[in-house]
Amino acid sequence: MALDKPYKDIPGTTIFDTEQARRGYHLNQFCMSLMKAENRVRFKADERAYLDEWPMSEEQKAAVVERDLNRCIDLGGNIYFLAKIGATDGKSFQYMAASMTGMSQEDYAKMMLAGGRSAHDSPLDKGKV
Amino acid sequence: MARIAAAVFTSHVPAIGAALDLGKQQDPYWQPLFKGYEYSKRWQREHAPDVIFLVYNDHATAFSLDLIPTFAIGCAAQYKPADEGWGPRPVPVVQGHPQLAAHIAHSVIQDDFDLTIVNKMDVDHGLTVPLSLLCGQPAAWPCPVIPFVVNVVQYPVPSGQRCYNLGKAIAKAVCLYDEPLNVHIWGTGGMSHQLQGPRAGLINRDWDQRFLDQLIDDPEALARKPHLDYVREAGSEGIELVMWLIARGAMSARPPRVAHRFYHVPASNTAVGHLILEDPP
Repeated sequence: MALDKPYKDIPGTTIFDTEQARRGYHLNQFCMSLMKAENRVRFKADERAYLDEWPMSEEQKAAVVERDLNRCIDLGGNIYFLAKIGATDGKSFQYMAASMTGMSQEDYAKMMLAGGRSAHDSPLDKGKV
Repeated sequence: MARIAAAVFTSHVPAIGAALDLGKQQDPYWQPLFKGYEYSKRWQREHAPDVIFLVYNDHATAFSLDLIPTFAIGCAAQYKPADEGWGPRPVPVVQGHPQLAAHIAHSVIQDDFDLTIVNKMDVDHGLTVPLSLLCGQPAAWPCPVIPFVVNVVQYPVPSGQRCYNLGKAIAKAVCLYDEPLNVHIWGTGGMSHQLQGPRAGLINRDWDQRFLDQLIDDPEALARKPHLDYVREAGSEGIELVMWLIARGAMSARPPRVAHRFYHVPASNTAVGHLILEDPP
């Protein structure tokens, strides 16, 4: 009997469940290590060398280097952990959020000021909600 | 005996803390938000609780993936503001209330809620932003705080019903405490927001308003709302709102007095909701 995971079909959304957390454990713990200033310095000096200290998959390391947050999330990353990469880069949370939507930061900020993205009737949701 | 006299509900967006710390209260972007908390600060001073029981979630700060307690109660004497990657917020150290916290832990665990007891922890924006919104920028926080941490990061998170029932157990524990303390309980997080994936930026004003209405008038029904509704309608991070049900569950069965209600979009990526409910004497 499979577990009930009714949240799998929500468009544009990956729920960080136990399965994703298992997949992303080392990726997220790498992110956590960036809470320490000395680790941020080492990571920035040589990203690849720092990432190679972690038992992460090649795909995960590439997604981090490319700052492809959607890919990181697919591979088990959680946004609160991934946010620490953005903080290391000196980027705002809104910049990171925009980067996942395919919008420019400016367009994203305008969308938020106009009341945000609708839960329904957006192209993402067509035929799904 | 101690009593829970009021419940305060508020979002805890980190950008609000940054705006306060950088003195941006009067910026056109932030001014409407802080205006919504002016009454709250007066109310907070006038109703001065002896202790605040503050329900919030940690955002990969004190708890990494090494340890993920569903419910954790702070029993320490004090808690330092955490360095979340850009240095600790310039806010006072939070004083705890170890005696009341230990008493509540004892009672609530005996009521079948398996709390994790935390004796050492830094507190992140989830706890300090609500304190800043209600208490301003004092040299010391006006009263002791008991941090109560809920896992809403890794799914499955506790159900609304379990949170509501936990609130009742906390209220029972407070009533059994001998000292005549005026305790306020705060539920924080939310409202609608999604911080991840192509659907980031989701806001659902109508859903949020219905949530506030139901939290006031029919919390029993609200407690039965399934997780899927939160995630689908209020965004993946909108699930934080289950924490509000802990605070609401801790109020008496009498209809509360709505002292204040405020709603604002946006604060960064998030819809901000705020309620103050008093238990009629």
